[in-house]
Amino acid sequence: MKTKARNLEEPAIASMEVLGVKLEEISRWNCCGAVYSLAGDDLIRQVAPVRNLIRVKEQGKNEVVTLCSFCLNTLKRANLLMKEDAEKRNTLNSFMDEEVDYSGEVKVAHLLEVLRDEIGWEALAQRVKLPLRELKVAPYYGCTLLRPREVAIDSVDNPTILHEFLKALGTTPVYFPYATRCCGSYQIVSNPDDISAHAWDILSSALSHGAEALVLTCPLCDYNLGQGQKELMKKHNGFKGMPLFYFTQLLALALGLDPALCRFELNYGEPELLLRERNLLL
Amino acid sequence: MSVTISPKRLGSEFVRKIKAISGQNLQVCYQCGMCSGNCPMASNMDLSPRQIIELARLGLEEEIANSKTVWICASCLACTVNCPRGFDLSKLMEAIRLLTLRKNVDHISPEEISPEERRELPQIAMVSGLRKFTG
Repeated sequence: MKTKARNLEEPAIASMEVLGVKLEEISRWNCCGAVYSLAGDDLIRQVAPVRNLIRVKEQGKNEVVTLCSFCLNTLKRANLLMKEDAEKRNTLNSFMDEEVDYSGEVKVAHLLEVLRDEIGWEALAQRVKLPLRELKVAPYYGCTLLRPREVAIDSVDNPTILHEFLKALGTTPVYFPYATRCCGSYQIVSNPDDISAHAWDILSSALSHGAEALVLTCPLCDYNLGQGQKELMKKHNGFKGMPLFYFTQLLALALGLDPALCRFELNYGEPELLLRERNLLL
Repeated sequence: MSVTISPKRLGSEFVRKIKAISGQNLQVCYQCGMCSGNCPMASNMDLSPRQIIELARLGLEEEIANSKTVWICASCLACTVNCPRGFDLSKLMEAIRLLTLRKNVDHISPEEISPEERRELPQIAMVSGLRKFTG
């Protein structure tokens, strides 16, 4: 967020302030570990996410909001573990002797949920100053907002939260079948060639369904679908690249905030060009 | 492929360990293949996700060790949410990876990632990649 996804964080903070929600950063936060440990016997990997939740509690807050979908997944799953598994909770609390005891009392939410549940799509729509009417964007959910079922922010099989979000911003979202298909995730560090093929499957599917850009929430989806686009243009005749937006950038733009704070220059696929063509940017 | 099944293998240390780490009951799977059908990485795998479950419960450790499948899995949980039997295959994949990683055998070496890639890759790629592929 602070270095490689500033175009996700900065428009989010500014937009929420306009909407009357002041986001306060967790003091002394640490990396949550990115992936939730799927092994039942290595509790040490739960310490990092649980510590963040304890920090929230210490700050006198009862809800933590994430912008990154990996953080959402890891924190929410660790929180569930602390809430539901008494034996593991006791072990972790004893291990973190210097911390206050924790039993899953903090609510973990993604920013999209705050927009849906605390602000509401209708209220959001009323705040829109620049409707994104002409923009044909397809929502891309990826994995970690929706799987596993117990932490999903929306229907696992037929999610609509990003679609509703885009409708509130004044545009008609484009449906395509790969909206919840994995981009390949961390396989980028060991199998970059496979990732490129997966990126093409997803991008070409969105294109063929009429999308001219994708909207996403996750910095790793952004990287996996974006960084190889130049190579894909060489490989696939006629492919001219596809802009990728973070949902927070479209939020800030539609709310009429200064486009400079969206930091479109950090995006893949030349989004500024498309926005100018659609008269959404000077 | 032909395999030899023996009572010794069915009750082997390998089967005991993957059950313990994954917390999954391997016998609930009825081999319908929903996991393989929903897996976005299946086309890159040599053994399908469904086959991994079958070989694992038969204790065929060597066949699994010779396959690259668990290292191709992206833990996207498409298998998990689509299993009609409630089997969490992502946890079995993790358990099998860990059996190797816990012997201090890493799947990737951080030095193999070039300085340019390290500069570009989002932190969550590096952290999750190293968590999944190194011990």
